[in-house]
Amino acid sequence: MRTIKFILQKEFLQIFRNKSMLPVIFVMPIIQLCVLVFAATYEMKNTNLFVVDKDLSSHSRELISKFNGSPFFTVKDIDFSINNAEDELLKDDVDAILVFENGFGKLVDKKEPAEVQVLVNAIDASAAGLYNAYILSVIQEYNLQLKAKLQIVGKDNGIHLVQNTYSFLFNPEMKYIPYMLPGILVLLVTVIGLFLSAMNVVREKEIGTIEQINVTPIKKYQFLIGKLIPFLVIGFFELGVGLLLAAFVFKIPILGSVWLIYLVAFVYLLTILGIGLLISTQTDTQQQAMFIAWFFMIIFIMMSGLFTPTDSMPMWGQKLNYLNPVAYFIKIIRMIMLKGSGFMDVAKELGILGVYAVSILGIAVNRYRKVA
Amino acid sequence: MNSDKKVISVRNLTKKFGSFTANDDLSFDVYQGEIFGFLGANGAGKTTAMKILCGLSYPTSGEIMVAGLDVYKQREELKRNIGYMSQKFSLYEDLTVFENIRFYAGIYGMSLKDIKLKSDDLLKKLDLVHARNKRIGELPLGWKQKLAFSVAIFHNPEIVFLDEPTGGVDPVTRRQFWDLIYEASRNGITVFVTTHYMDEAEYCNRVSIMVDGRIEALDTPEGLKNKFDAKDMDEVFLRLARKSNYKE
Repeated sequence: MRTIKFILQKEFLQIFRNKSMLPVIFVMPIIQLCVLVFAATYEMKNTNLFVVDKDLSSHSRELISKFNGSPFFTVKDIDFSINNAEDELLKDDVDAILVFENGFGKLVDKKEPAEVQVLVNAIDASAAGLYNAYILSVIQEYNLQLKAKLQIVGKDNGIHLVQNTYSFLFNPEMKYIPYMLPGILVLLVTVIGLFLSAMNVVREKEIGTIEQINVTPIKKYQFLIGKLIPFLVIGFFELGVGLLLAAFVFKIPILGSVWLIYLVAFVYLLTILGIGLLISTQTDTQQQAMFIAWFFMIIFIMMSGLFTPTDSMPMWGQKLNYLNPVAYFIKIIRMIMLKGSGFMDVAKELGILGVYAVSILGIAVNRYRKVA
Repeated sequence: MNSDKKVISVRNLTKKFGSFTANDDLSFDVYQGEIFGFLGANGAGKTTAMKILCGLSYPTSGEIMVAGLDVYKQREELKRNIGYMSQKFSLYEDLTVFENIRFYAGIYGMSLKDIKLKSDDLLKKLDLVHARNKRIGELPLGWKQKLAFSVAIFHNPEIVFLDEPTGGVDPVTRRQFWDLIYEASRNGITVFVTTHYMDEAEYCNRVSIMVDGRIEALDTPEGLKNKFDAKDMDEVFLRLARKSNYKE
């Protein structure tokens, strides 16, 4: 214990004395959190629409005004010619084209099926899906109004409306910030933890102090615990700042227990720091450590479910994800914060992380060689 | 000063890296309180042998006892009883003089009270009281080397291993450094030192000269000079080194 105390004292002194690293550790994550939470959103606010109206009837104008009135759409231009519309689409100035053929209004008046053509730029497939869904919902709404109007005006014409009612559980307004923020928080804690730990032991190799350490009676586990605890504390601190920002700046309700989040974070950070220390003991220069850490980081993050749902990954990808600690923590922290899940709800994932942490730390201690 | 008690006993030490033999069948003893010079040209295998004696590296074969402990089986106990100063400077540049002393002494199990008392004495002796709270990185190399040596023997080891401790240091500081070595030796600490400064070899009680992984000569400086009919250690060394080159 005394030995670990002396190692901790040294590590903390070194961390707080490194003037160029302090802002990286304590300020950058906060900036990243604020920037990423607002920037990494799927919410469609500015869909640019080009309308080709060859009909010019009151009905087409009414539907266009519905788009104009929606906060999600900006009607860039209304024209007769499809050619101009396609030019704009090629220049990437509009995201979708809406085409009313001549006779649209007459068909509506005759209560016959009338058609609207929707052309969507689908280079970004997921965005295209969203444009399409938003456009359809506007048209759908217009349809319902039309039907209701016709029913009142005309006699019973046999139209029976089946209306879908939705209820979005846990995030009723379908906001992206409550969904993205917990994930981005995980990301920041991971980046700091993995990189700091991966660079640490190898740095002592580079400056030559590791040899002096190895000739002392320090035990391997004491040395690695002494290296691990400071980063655990930093990780906890950043998580705390992130949760405070979430609660008071972004106003995201944290439904579950903060203690449970910390318990999971503890097990999770042990895993991440274990991976970092393992990288550090296996490399000879900070540069090598950096590249290997980055390699794992990219895979962990891209497959974590932060940006794309893990359920839609191919089967082999989902299986590979059993080894991805980031995926577990993002899943758990979303469950706790948004659903208010309790210990039993996350016990399985927490258990897996626990096994992961113990194994990776075991390997790290084992692979750290005091003797060459 | 010298006793008959063997503190290092090496029999048939061999270390191979693949097909390259760094240490070829070394056998020698070092006695308590002795200053034992371990000489050789660059690449002769000095550092390799020293690392094995310190428990930093595994020998390929041979029987090796250091401070009465087996380097294969009693590695961790061995480490409590030795000090080591490597070729690479190994105090933390971003920590102060006292913080470095406290860290290394602390991990050898010394109490904080002892550390404070002893470090005050040490800094007085080295005339570095004013530098107690200065970062190591701000100090001149000569001071750093003296501190590194003092830290290596701070926990009172039986043996201290010094790997080219005076590299890049001016002659005056080197002389002062050797005063520290003599003092340690008077206090019963055995000093095992590698060097390629031949004037320093004269300061040792006994020296061994390594050529191409083998010990070619081992005696007192006087004995070696007589044996090779040389006027100083420089000449002894050159004769032995040349002898090896002819063989190749």
